Amino acid sequence: MTAVLELETVTRVHGAGATEVTALHAVSFSAYAGELVAVMGPSGSGKSTLLTLAGGLDTPTSGAVRVEGTDLASLGQKGRAAMRRTSIGYVFQDFNLIPALTAVENVALPRELDGAGTRSARKAARAALEEVGIGDLAKRFPDEMSGGQQQRIAIARAIVGDRRLILADEPTGALDSETGEDILRLIRARCDAGAAGVLVTHEARHAAWADRVVFLRDGVIVDESGSDRPDALLEQAR
Amino acid sequence: MSVRNALLALLEQGPRYGYQLRAEFEDRTGGTWPLNVGQVYTTLSRLERDGLVEGKGADGDGHVVYAVTARGRDEVAAWFSSPVARSQPPRDELAIKLALAVSVPGVEVGTVIQQQRSATMAALQDYTRLKRRATGDDPHELAWGLVLDSLVFNAEAEIRWLDHCEARLRRAAADRDDRASSSVEQVETTSSGEEVTR
Repeated sequence: MTAVLELETVTRVHGAGATEVTALHAVSFSAYAGELVAVMGPSGSGKSTLLTLAGGLDTPTSGAVRVEGTDLASLGQKGRAAMRRTSIGYVFQDFNLIPALTAVENVALPRELDGAGTRSARKAARAALEEVGIGDLAKRFPDEMSGGQQQRIAIARAIVGDRRLILADEPTGALDSETGEDILRLIRARCDAGAAGVLVTHEARHAAWADRVVFLRDGVIVDESGSDRPDALLEQAR
Repeated sequence: MSVRNALLALLEQGPRYGYQLRAEFEDRTGGTWPLNVGQVYTTLSRLERDGLVEGKGADGDGHVVYAVTARGRDEVAAWFSSPVARSQPPRDELAIKLALAVSVPGVEVGTVIQQQRSATMAALQDYTRLKRRATGDDPHELAWGLVLDSLVFNAEAEIRWLDHCEARLRRAAADRDDRASSSVEQVETTSSGEEVTR
């Protein structure tokens, strides 16, 4: 079983000389299909750095980041951008929707940029909006919707076209607790359906939706709680 | 006290016998606080002594059935209309453990904190898994869902408190280091300067 996401002894150093800061130090970390992993830590612990590296938005100083077996470094800038449009879904705290586009246009955008025809991209977008429960709001603009609904658009955009890796950076940060829980249920459901999810949060109540919780401190993984992956259990049994 | 009030409140639905009351209590609270049936019957006989319930004799199967009295109803109404008192903090083993860990030599406080955080996180994951299953909105599921939420929020509060303890300890350690290094500097200037009066 290959990991959907694999970080192998990844180090990320910002700056140089006296102002050098090691954001992540020799971190190894994997997320498998069907699994939601939460990364917890205080601000400055490196959890957002981990997610931007996993999403190919940043490159490690040393070590390798692989998505479905492909080393992101081997892809180059263009290849990584393509990977982000087709394989990796990113959900941000502040939704990052384009205000001038309707819900369905926002969700269709990555596929259209990828060269899919407008019609097929829209069709996939509508299906994704349906899946997150706001199929009836497809033609609304983001500013006509509540925070929870906007985050649902963002999740639809992250899962459209069967992407297998979902990266979520404090996705419930701007929402009340009930709405935040709905969002976690959606991400959870997508992982139960076979995607791999990584959820970065500083809220224990949200991290608890994950199968595994990884604790980061000063750029190092210090501990892990939760169930082992199914195949790890099998390996132990052997 | 809470068992007494809970049983009285359950009797508001109509007469019940002890086993039924126990089953209904555990159904609504998901068995979080198990009751033994002896405890239920002891409580019922005290309630009867105080005139809050009355025995209605045995049903066809020989179960002694109890019904709430008018005074019992008043008691239930009073319970629901008053807040639960925040009494003397109960003895909290974790708080005591950390208080001693920071003040007794040779204890790795960081490890104590992380160990607890990991264990509480695992419990929180278990509660959340139960929550994922309990999604119905009939009153009984809702009752159990609210009890689960209470467990979730308590575990979360404990983890937040642990995070807070860790941050305070780190700051205290950093301040101590600062003071130590500034006193070292002072000593250096003292040894290089000639006329230093202390």
